[in-house]
Amino acid sequence: MSKVLVVTSGKGGVGKTTSSASLGAALAKAGQNVVVVDFDVGLRNLDLVMGAERRVVFDLVNVVQGDAKLAQALIRDKRIETLSILPASQTRDKDALTEEGVERIIGELREKFDWIICDSPAGIEKGAMMAMRFADVAVVVTNPEISSVRDSDRIIGMLDSKTRHAETGGKLEKHLLLTRYDPARAARGEMLKVEDVLEILAIPLLGIVPESTEVLTASNLGCPVTLNNPESAPARAYVEAARRLLGEKVEVTTPVERRGLMSRLFGKKALA
Amino acid sequence: MSVLDFFIRKRSAPVARERLQLLLAHEHVLNGRSDLAALLQEEILAVISKHIKIDRDKVNVKLDRGAQVSTLEIDIEMPENVVAPD
Ligand SMILES: Nc1ncnc2c1ncn2[C@@H]1O[C@H](COP(=O)(O)OP(=O)(O)OP(=O)(O)O)[C@@H](O)[C@H]1O
Ligand SMILES: [Mg+2]
Repeated sequence: MSKVLVVTSGKGGVGKTTSSASLGAALAKAGQNVVVVDFDVGLRNLDLVMGAERRVVFDLVNVVQGDAKLAQALIRDKRIETLSILPASQTRDKDALTEEGVERIIGELREKFDWIICDSPAGIEKGAMMAMRFADVAVVVTNPEISSVRDSDRIIGMLDSKTRHAETGGKLEKHLLLTRYDPARAARGEMLKVEDVLEILAIPLLGIVPESTEVLTASNLGCPVTLNNPESAPARAYVEAARRLLGEKVEVTTPVERRGLMSRLFGKKALA
Repeated sequence: MSVLDFFIRKRSAPVARERLQLLLAHEHVLNGRSDLAALLQEEILAVISKHIKIDRDKVNVKLDRGAQVSTLEIDIEMPENVVAPD
């Protein structure tokens, strides 16, 4: 049975695209048939993060408007056979998406894939609405920071009222993915605690992804961190989150500060 | 920056948490996701917390709207050995 999963947040720049690519790659590596759809029409980035920018011919808007067939717009990943992406348009705006068009394409994608991961744009307007509209599962990406938590709360309210499942009394699974978590700052009491965010947002925790330079390196190379460096802390967090999405019981671990002997002895200098 | 400032600065996260809880209770009422009782509960809790350390579940607010009369029931369980701050 196929699942439509929206990666959403309200606030911009919290890690939606990074998470869509990393979770998508992790699920595909686990043998699932996965497509990651970029709903950020006008500001597409998923193609870059996944290293497919030079292979884009047609995009989501072309398919929604009937100018191209779905098969023409899908780009298959070169590293993992079961992973594809559907890029967004760079030249159009979010009004180019119609609800009927999106519904039709989601329906077609359901026939081909186990997971349809919708990378939502920031904000609460039409683009974000379209990305969440037909979701069965929502991953709410949140940074442990006051404005991100507030925006996530707002998005959770929309998931509970504006999605097709909400309107028809169906079941929409919601998960919290805490990203850019900085253990050192958490230890100093400068960052909201995991428990605080969970208490305030009151949805189950899918995982905690630490702040890491590995994420930047991976996007520089156009390779999701779960493929580029599977042993790194953020990659492991994403792989475990993907296993939880598949129904496995894996305990969530809170990242702790790991400083080597050298950095402990010499402070920051040793890191340079 | 005094020594005291240094220690207060260290713990900005609990302040963020309190502010968020209050703000979201307000926003939930505005968005129709929550009722007046929840908002009152948050505000009463915020006022009491300024003076006394109290658990969230020790403050209960119930609002009953009837045809003739509506009642507001506020139940606050005081912790033992309350010491007023100086
Ligand atoms: N765990 C992390 N550690 C370090 N940097 C990160 C992490 N997650 C994301 N980033 C960085 O944060 C920036 C924003 O990430 P990303 O593009 O995934 O966010 P987004 O929510 O999709 O943004 P937008 O709302 O603009 O679509 C990028 O530069 C990305 O590399
Ligand atoms: Mg993005």
